[in-house]
Amino acid sequence: MRRKEKLIEVLMICCSFVTILTTAGIILILTVETVKFFSEVSIIHFVTDTQWTPLFTEKHYGILPLLSGTLLTTTIAILFAVPLGLIIAVYLNEYASPRFTAFVKPILEVLAAIPTVVYGFFALQFVTPSLQKIIPDLNGFNALSPGLVMGVMIIPYITSLSEDSLRAVPRSLREASYGMGATRFQTAFRVMVPAASSGIIVSVILAVSRALGETMIVAIAAGQQPKLTFNPKESVETITTYIVQVSMGDVPQDSLEFKTIFAAGLTLFVFTFILNSLSYWTRSRFQNKYE
Amino acid sequence: MRRYSYTRAKLTDRAFKYVALSFTAFALGVLVVLLIDIFSKGIARINWDFFRNLPSRHAEKSGIMTALAGMLSLLFFTIIIALPIGILAGIYLQEYGKKNRLAKLIEINISNLAGVPSVIYGILGLTLFVRILKLGNSLIAGALTLGLLILPIIIVTTREAIRAVPDSLREASYGMGATKWQTTSKVVFPFALGGILTGIILAVSRAIGETAPLLVIGALVYVPFIPEGPRDQFTTLPIQIFNWTTRPQAAFIVNAAAGIIVLLLITFLLNGIAIYIRNKWYKKIRY
Repeated sequence: MRRKEKLIEVLMICCSFVTILTTAGIILILTVETVKFFSEVSIIHFVTDTQWTPLFTEKHYGILPLLSGTLLTTTIAILFAVPLGLIIAVYLNEYASPRFTAFVKPILEVLAAIPTVVYGFFALQFVTPSLQKIIPDLNGFNALSPGLVMGVMIIPYITSLSEDSLRAVPRSLREASYGMGATRFQTAFRVMVPAASSGIIVSVILAVSRALGETMIVAIAAGQQPKLTFNPKESVETITTYIVQVSMGDVPQDSLEFKTIFAAGLTLFVFTFILNSLSYWTRSRFQNKYE
Repeated sequence: MRRYSYTRAKLTDRAFKYVALSFTAFALGVLVVLLIDIFSKGIARINWDFFRNLPSRHAEKSGIMTALAGMLSLLFFTIIIALPIGILAGIYLQEYGKKNRLAKLIEINISNLAGVPSVIYGILGLTLFVRILKLGNSLIAGALTLGLLILPIIIVTTREAIRAVPDSLREASYGMGATKWQTTSKVVFPFALGGILTGIILAVSRAIGETAPLLVIGALVYVPFIPEGPRDQFTTLPIQIFNWTTRPQAAFIVNAAAGIIVLLLITFLLNGIAIYIRNKWYKKIRY
């Protein structure tokens, strides 16, 4: 009896360890292959060269163009989604009737459930042509349209996480504010939002991390031209798109060209890892502020 | 002066209300526009042949049969792999190892894994399953990759469901002389099943839409056969949609839209079931 209990516990520990092994596997694979890559390409070259052309005859291995493409689409998504998502959260929490909130929240969550390949289609086939009517010199593949669509995808994350932390603010704070004669707007932005700021910051960090790693929307609608530019009207390539492009192509798997996806992948992983750790730290540090 | 600023505060308040309402309407409006756009482009293409045909160079003759079959087989293996591991790990972390350092480390790790971009999981799958374990770009390699991808979701939802089980039930069970595993498997687990089920369905819905990691491990774009075993090559509906979307011919765009309608219906159906189970179960818990 006791042996069976022990056996089951060991089995469960092994299952939990799969997650540790996954992380270890990711870090190990990315690092080992990246080290091999850097034995052939200097790391200084990698971070300073302004061209990324591993698949051409004249090869350059500068990560900056991919990084600028990634940051550009992410910035557009965040600039669009954070104000919108936060304002919707404040509205649902402070202004709307419970019935309206109960109606809106599940519909917003549908936005988060839509597969990203669908958003990619929407960006390329609807948003880009619509934007071209307003901005005539907008490229058919551009950073703006996938950036905005990525923003739409992120809105529910920001709204839902911010709304949770706004709701966790004690009623007494809000009532004190109303008791002083403050309007709902003043209460929302001078009392509630500052009180819920750690949760809101976490939601923004997670949104940035999500946008950095998003693949299909940018792979479909942003194009595949690594360019060091911050012009949203131009076609760009993100790190994620590049990884998909190489693994779908017929590059031999032992070549230097193929190893570039590990160096690019490690760059992306480091960014998201820092952001995720930051959000975990913020959450655990400020979680019990009002308990 | 005071009166003036009071009116202004009132005005700001009201202005914000309408701005915020219009933002909310905008977000909902995008969803409506997206659905209308896709349905208007694709609905005419949906007929029996679309489900029955193999992929083809001719858009009008192309169908999603192999993509659907590949997707279902892939999900089948993904669930078989991820479900037991995820549930057991979730139970362990919540019921057994709540306070020890290992559990703490695993918890931080899981929260980090949940934020790793899916394309990175693709690189892991490509190196580990496709190349080192020599599984090739097969169904089983895809299922293992997706299994690791949805593991954090299953673990987190299992934990939440188990956390909701009242302690009185556990104490009653221990009081009757039950062991820890008896209590966990016969009292806690059945009680948490609804919550766990919800999490599983949401994880499956996530897995269905995944495209990037499968492209990275080398899932094919053109598969004119239905996979018959775990070592067979495969394609899935999102990959088929991706392929059609990137073609220049308008007829393939119509195909892509029709494929998206099918994919969205499956996704919405799964999410609907998840919400239904969640609501039903929560009503049961409040006794």
